[in-house]
This record gives sequence, C-alpha cells and structure tokens, in this order.
Amino acid sequence: MTMTEPAASTVLGKRRLRKEDPALLTGEAKFTSDLNIPGALHLAVLRSPYAHARIRSVDVSAALQLPGVVAAYSGADLAPLWAGPMPCAWPVTADMKNPTHHPLAVSKAAYVGDGVACVLATSDAAARDALEAIEVDYEPLPAVVDLEDALSDRVVIHDELGTNRSYTWELKCEGADGQVERAFADAAYTVSEHYVHQRLIPMAMEPRAVAAVPQPFGGDITLYSSTQVPHILKVMTALTLGIPEHQMRVVAPAVGGGFGAKLNVYAEELLCTALARKHKVPVRWTEERTENTQATIHGRAQRQHIELAADADGKLTAVRVRLLADMGAYLQLVTPGIPLLGAFLYGGVYDLPVAYDFSCTSVFTTLTPTDAYRGAGRPEATYAIERAMDALADQIGIDPLELRRRNFIKKDQFPYTAMTGLVYDSGDHDAAATMAAELADYDGLRARQATQNVDGATKRLGIGVCSYFEMCGLAPSRVLASLNYSAGGWEAATVRVLPTNKIQVVTGTAPHGQGHETAWSMIVAEKMGVDPDDVDVLHSDTAIAPLGLDTYGSRSLPVGGVAIAMACDKVIDKAKKIAAHQLEANEDDLEFAGGTFSVKGTPDRSMPLAAVAFEAFTAHNLPDGLEPNLEAQVTYDPPNFSWPFGTHICVVEVDTETGDVDVLKYVAVDDCGNQVNPLIVEGQVHGGVIQGLAQALFEEAVFDEDGNPKTSTLAEYLVPAASDVPPITLGHTITPSPTNPLGVKGIGEAGTIGAAPAVINAIVDALSGLGVTDVPMPASPHTVWKTIHAAQSASSAQGVSK
Amino acid sequence: MIPAAFDYVRAGSAEEAISLIGEYGEDAKFIAGGHSLLPLMKLRLAQPTVLVDIGRISDLSYIRDAGDHIAIGAMTRHMDVETSPVLAEHAPLLAHAASHVGDPQVRHRGTIGGSIAHSDSASDLPATTLAMGATYVAQGPGGTREIAAADFFQGFLQTALAPDELLTEIRVPKMGGAGWSFQKFNRRAQDWAIVGVAAWRRNGESGVGLVNMGSTPILATSVSAALSSGASIAEAAELAAAEADPQNDLNASPEYRVHLAKVLVRRALEQASA
Repeated sequence: MTMTEPAASTVLGKRRLRKEDPALLTGEAKFTSDLNIPGALHLAVLRSPYAHARIRSVDVSAALQLPGVVAAYSGADLAPLWAGPMPCAWPVTADMKNPTHHPLAVSKAAYVGDGVACVLATSDAAARDALEAIEVDYEPLPAVVDLEDALSDRVVIHDELGTNRSYTWELKCEGADGQVERAFADAAYTVSEHYVHQRLIPMAMEPRAVAAVPQPFGGDITLYSSTQVPHILKVMTALTLGIPEHQMRVVAPAVGGGFGAKLNVYAEELLCTALARKHKVPVRWTEERTENTQATIHGRAQRQHIELAADADGKLTAVRVRLLADMGAYLQLVTPGIPLLGAFLYGGVYDLPVAYDFSCTSVFTTLTPTDAYRGAGRPEATYAIERAMDALADQIGIDPLELRRRNFIKKDQFPYTAMTGLVYDSGDHDAAATMAAELADYDGLRARQATQNVDGATKRLGIGVCSYFEMCGLAPSRVLASLNYSAGGWEAATVRVLPTNKIQVVTGTAPHGQGHETAWSMIVAEKMGVDPDDVDVLHSDTAIAPLGLDTYGSRSLPVGGVAIAMACDKVIDKAKKIAAHQLEANEDDLEFAGGTFSVKGTPDRSMPLAAVAFEAFTAHNLPDGLEPNLEAQVTYDPPNFSWPFGTHICVVEVDTETGDVDVLKYVAVDDCGNQVNPLIVEGQVHGGVIQGLAQALFEEAVFDEDGNPKTSTLAEYLVPAASDVPPITLGHTITPSPTNPLGVKGIGEAGTIGAAPAVINAIVDALSGLGVTDVPMPASPHTVWKTIHAAQSASSAQGVSK
Repeated sequence: MIPAAFDYVRAGSAEEAISLIGEYGEDAKFIAGGHSLLPLMKLRLAQPTVLVDIGRISDLSYIRDAGDHIAIGAMTRHMDVETSPVLAEHAPLLAHAASHVGDPQVRHRGTIGGSIAHSDSASDLPATTLAMGATYVAQGPGGTREIAAADFFQGFLQTALAPDELLTEIRVPKMGGAGWSFQKFNRRAQDWAIVGVAAWRRNGESGVGLVNMGSTPILATSVSAALSSGASIAEAAELAAAEADPQNDLNASPEYRVHLAKVLVRRALEQASA
C-alpha cells in the first residue's frame, strides 16, 4: 500500500505560491463584468452634480426616446420598490440620528455623486448617453464640507433630523472617580495634540460591478456583485427589497480588492436587483473610475484631539481623546461604528492605569459617505497615540524609542487587561522594537543624524517609530452586542472528505485578494495529511456556502481559518471511529499522523485516511450508529479579538529647499502569531505599508468649498505605484495567540496601521531642528515646504519680539 | 470615461493625412500615439468628430544624423528617443528627458511629434526641445516649412501649426561637449512635472526650458542673459521665473512653483556646469 508521506509540519509556516494566481495572472479569472449574461440590460445612474440641492423635478421623457433605452426612472418613480431604507447595521447609540436613505434620492441630493435618476438600456454606452437627456431641475443649496461648520448647524442637511449631529459616543474608564482629571492635574508632563485624518478613497483595482439575474419562474434571483460580504449582502438585500431570503442568492465572483469599501450594501446592488425583478430580465452595472471616486464610500475623515498625562519618568498616567468624525451625507452599512473600532486603541501598546476618557461626535456633511477603509478606526487611533508619544518624548527630551520602551506592556503581563476592559491575548513589544531597531540600525542612524542635521543643512535625516496593536479578528459576538452592532462575529466552515480522499472545504469567508484558497488548503493539508493541491476551497456563493459572515477586519484567519481547523478535528474524530472499527482496535489506541491512523506501538496495523474515506462512502462496514460520509461543520465564535502587534521604523531624508520627502528605508516588524503562509503575510504587510504610506505622503480626497470633488481621476488622486515606494525590510517575531488552537492572529491591516505614524514621525523628526512640531497628511512637498516656512516665520517672529 | 462618438480614418502617408484632414475640416484631429488626445476625449474635454490616424506612417519614425543637427521623425516613440545611440552622443539631454515621460507603457506608444504638437506645457519634451533651440518641420497642402521652437508655442494647447498642417520632423542642434541637466520634480514617477527644468551650457552659451510654469513651455531667457553677462549660477537662478506665469493646482501654488523653479534651475545649472 502507498503511504501518504506526512505533509504535516512541513506545510504550515512554509512559503507557498498561491493557487489563485495562475487564473488571475492569465486573465482566466472571471470578475463580475466578465460574466456573459445574455439579454442583460445595462443600468446607468444619473448623479447629482451638486453637493447639496433640492430636487424640484426630474423629467426622463427625452431619455426614453433615445435608441436602446428601455426604461428611465426618477427616485420618486422607484420609491414603491423599497421595502425599507438602505441599511445601517450599527446604531451606536439609542439616539443616533440616521437620515432615510434610498438608492435614488427623491427630494434632495446630499453629495456630488448621489444618484437621482437611472436608465436601463440595451448597451452600457446607450444607457450612459441617455443620462444626458434627463432633465433635473435642481435648487442648489449651500454645501457643508467642514466638520466644525457641520457641527454648527449653520446649514442643516437632512431636514427631518433638524441637526447635522448624528451621535456622541462616550467611553470613560476610571479606576477611581475623577482619576483622569487628577492624573492631568498631577502630571509631570502633558501633551495636547490635534491631528487631522484626511479623507481617503479606497480605490480597489476593480471598481464595483453588479449583475442581477432573475429566474423566469418562481421569483428566485441571483445577485452577482464585486463584494466582500456576499452573506451580509444577501440578508440586507432581502430585507431592503422584501424578497424572501430563501429566494435570494448572492455570488461574489473574482473580486479585485475591497479594502473595506466593498463591505457594504450599495444603491446599485439594490437598483439592479429591484429592476431585474421588475423587468424580469437580467440587469447589470459596472462602475466607472470617476463614479468610483464619488459613489463608493470614502475612509478616515476624522479630527482628533488627544491629550496624554505622564509622570516624571515619562510613564503614561491618563489618556483623553475627543474625536470629530465625518459620516458624509448618509450612514452606510457600518459608517457610525468606524470611529468606535479605534476607541479601544488610543492607549496604544502601553501599560496604563485605568484612566481613559474618550468621546466621539459624528456629523453629516454634503460629501460621499464614509465607512470602513483598511484598518477602520484603528489606523486613526494608532496615529494619534504614536504621534502624541513623539510629542511627549520631545517635551521630556528623551529618545522616542526609549519613551516607548518605558511604557510598553511587558511580555510577562500578558494576557493583559487593558484600561478599556478588553484583554490583550499575547505580545512582546520589546522584542519587536528591538528587532526593528536592529534592522534599521537605529543607533547608527541617530549618530548619522547628529552629524547631518546641522544648522543650514538642506537634506535632513529623520527617523520615525511606531509601535502598534491591531485589534482584529472581528469579533466575539458578545462584544459586538455590547457595541450595538446588529450582527455576530462568528464564522462557519465545512470540511468534507470525498470518496477518493480529495477534500472540499466550504468557508464563510469571502476572499478578494487575500489568498484564502491557498491558506485554507494549507491548514487542511497540515491537519489531514494531504497535499494542499488535493484540497478545494468553495466560497463566496450563498448557495454553496450558505453560512458565513464574510471578510473584513482581519478576521478571516483567526475566525474562519480556525473554524476550518476545528472542522478538520471533527472529521478526524469521526474517521478515527471508522478506522478503529476496521482495525479492530480501541479508538483510544489509535494515533493519526501524516494522513494515516495507526495503532500505537504497532505501526504495521494502520489505515490511511483514503481508505477510511472510501469506507465512509460505501458504508458497507461502519460502526453501529455511525452515519455514512466524512463531513463536519463548525461555527466558531471567537472568545476574544486577536491582537497582532509590531514596530515599524521609517527613515526619511527631507529636502528643505523643495519640501520633498525621500523615504530611504522602511522596516516593518510584525507579529501575527503563527504564520500559515509567510509569503502571503509578506504580501499583506507590503500592501498595508504602502497604503499607510500613501495616506502619509500621497492620497487625499479633495473638495472645494462647494463640495465639488477635485480628485475624481487617478491623475489627481495620487495612488503610489511601485516606482514611488521604498524597499521594505520585513522582520517577524512569532508570539502565538493563546485564544485559538492555531495560535494565529490577523495581518491584513497591520501594515496600514503602522505606516502613517512612522512616516510622519520621521518627517517631523527630520524637521524638529527647524521648529516644526507637526506636518499634516498628506505630507506633499508643497505642504512640507509651507510647514517649514510657517515654523521659520514663527521662530523669527519670536526672535524679533524678544 | 467613454468618448463621444467619432469616425476614424487611417492615413498611409503624410500627404494622405494632410489631404484627409483638409477633407474633414476643423473638427478632425490627427492622432499619433493617442496618449494626450485619448484621455481628453474620454473626459469629453475634446470631442473631435473624425480621427485621422497617422500611427502607421512608418517613414515618419527615424532618428538621423543630419550634419549640424539631428533629425527626428515626428512619429518616433519616446522609447526610441530615450534609447537612441545617436541622441546619446549628440543630444543626451533630449534622450534623458524622454526617459522621464510617463511610464514605460506611455513611452512605447507616445510620440515626440504628438507631444510637441499637443504642446501641453506640463509635458517634458516641448520645454526640452525649446531649451535646445530646436526647429520643427510642418507639412501642409502647399509643402513644408520650418518653425523655430521659440515661435511655435502660442498659448494653452495652441501652436503655430495651421489646422491642415502636420508636424513631421523635429531638428535638434548637436550639443556634443555641452553640460546638461534635466530636473523633473513630481510626486509620482509617472506624473507630469510639478515643475521641470531642462538646461544646457557650453562655451558661455546656455539654454533653460521650464516645464509647467505657464500656459506654454517657457524659455527662461533672463537666466541665460544673466549668465552671459557674468552672473553667478545662484544669481541667474533667481531670475528663473521671470518669463513664467505659473498656475495654481492641487500640487502647487504659483508662489511655490516660482520657488521650485529657482531651486531647480540652480541645481540644473550646477549640474550642467560640473
């Protein structure tokens, strides 16, 4: 007989090329727009050119006369199709204000890009050309683009709310009453810092695309969408359109990136589905890039005020945070919850007494709605604490890395109950910081800096440090309940051994670039002793994988991957019963290794999993009472978040004559616990770091005072390319998570969380000798140049006044 | 992102192209590599009714030593300019500037003639050839004529070319022995320059062209005049923006552009003098 060579222990933790890539690289993979759907009508959406305008009337009659046009509708025309408003699943407070939001606006457009009418035509070109024939009579109203202005209610955007304030959410944690106030009163050092997180456009390589295909009889409908959340989308579409859920199927074909922006329920998904049902033909829509910059959610958009109190040794004693967050024009699926995801991380990686005072007020503006964007609240929080730590180090006059070391939660303090009550599972910040400092040659850089940054130097060296925690693996359902989130945080998996010992995995995760097919195959291969290529991963189709909560928040591995490992264990348990029966041995005397059951101490009495699988299939000779087939399903609700961490160090040279920032070196040391596939981990860190660096240096969604977007193409919205980013030096420490059997943590957002503060800290460090204490993001050459000039004018004015 | 409807005709020769453009009139446009025109059409900022494609006129693609100058066919791709041994020897400034245009895909499709005829002041090659004292050859129904680069750029996307004239050749003087520098300041490698400077110096002569410092490519004549009359590089660079009229955009205010021009001209002249 052939023995399956034990693949175990040689699979997990080894670099392995992704099985997804050949199809993606050769163009064989089918994205939503690639689907050949005979007879489909094309949807085009007419979008408001005004940030804020009353819609007096909409006349579609001229559009209806154009060739190829089948139908055209105003928002009022379609109002009867909606069983409910567009969903917001996160009512963060009982009194949160949430304006009614429908796929097409009826009485008022609230941002440039807000849909006001639509056309169905036999081709995309005909549909888009027909938009120009629709007459909309707008009454332009003043735009609200500034958060303070929004808060003032000078112009109220949603009449029925009477205010632009959506909610104020507070989290005060004190060991004793008044502890925060006392800590600030007694502090040897305090800092009070204001930071702005500019609006960002997530900009997945594949814009959104939708195709809704109705069955001719019976009312079933399949919605294909470039989404991260087929399961959530199914439930929400059924609710919003009044479709019986069992008649609704959602499929996410190949999806070209999401970064949180496809964690949503969008107007076009509802329009295509509703109109496909109404017209009884397939309806499809593919987003243009300019539409993508206006009609797909934006990220960040927060103003922060953070205050730190510290004792004479620089040990932190309290943190106070006030946020003002921009919701945009409406609340999308999880818009209001994004700032709250950061609320638990403003203490950073530091050992703090229970002295924390957090409050977030969120307002509506006449801009594109915001929502989850890679990191979602956690990059913002990490930026604030890590920039403020540098400000504190500057005030105390000690090295910023030394200040961090004094405050780190120590390795032996884990599991560590944080001031917010959450428990950090494991960590070793000193080790990560030490590795990062060695990889960067931190001491050598400081020495070089001392000789380089002399008076008059125009090329100034800066070193920026960021130590971070990523609260990921969303999430324990009970914790989500305490935050008023409307769903749970579990994940489902089925593992099925086919008669020929090939294995099917059904996962509720919805990969869109993460490589789950490869990673999940590796987990199964390790567990079951098979080759990863003999494992097939089925996903992203609610007819095949009916249970799941999808992919976001770095949850897929620590929740979904763990569910798969647990399902493998259940399958092995069942297989062991069959093997014991066949081998006439006691179940407890069997061991399973390398894909084979054998009797302990008598290795020639053995039975490979392949033979067990076939026995389970034929069911000719199973133990009494045991069901045929080898299959197990697990739904796993994690007991805790997982807490990846690390230290990033960025080294820049700033040209003070031009303001140009040259990133000389970037070191990222990330600890995501046990790694399944280090190649995928590296890819996630690379992409994450570059997106964080893009926020620090390049990207910003810019609007004029009338709310008109100024960055609607990739010529203006500066997504960096490979030629614009530095080489990245990676290091990893491995501190397994004790809360799940794989010892894994997420890694999808870590790079984004670490990068922006490291880069800005480096720039400020380079310019500190010139009186610069902060540089706003993005630190474009123009902005850096202006900042240097402002600091120099201030210091020379001070000189004069003396 | 979908252009307005248009008709398309392909010309087999320069003569045919000129004849076709005459036939279709003012709403017709030549298209070469398409890397300037097509983006404008997709944004519907340009809506020509007919495109006359000159992309297959292979006898307009060449780089020749013509004695006192190098002759470059208008349809020569940026990549061929960048890698030409003839230009490397006699006009390395132009070859180097071409290596900064867009990204490799753009450089394999875009043409030097298309870039100059489109005359975007933010493009690298109009200002570079202007600094070099190039001559452009235009062919029309009545024959060919030479236009000095200094007379060619007349306003925002406006040139001395008549509607029925086709730019066929770029003639750049041989610059062997000259010191030179091309400074392109931008945020991403693929972008247009926020400010760019093409400069050369030889035996007391100099030329300085500015990219994106006005509605046309700018010849910084004050800088050259100052150098001729004995000014130091630092003094001359202070005059960098004397002929410029820079605009405001997301990347830079006019004041910042003027400042950048001074810094970059100084650096360019230092490099060209090294």
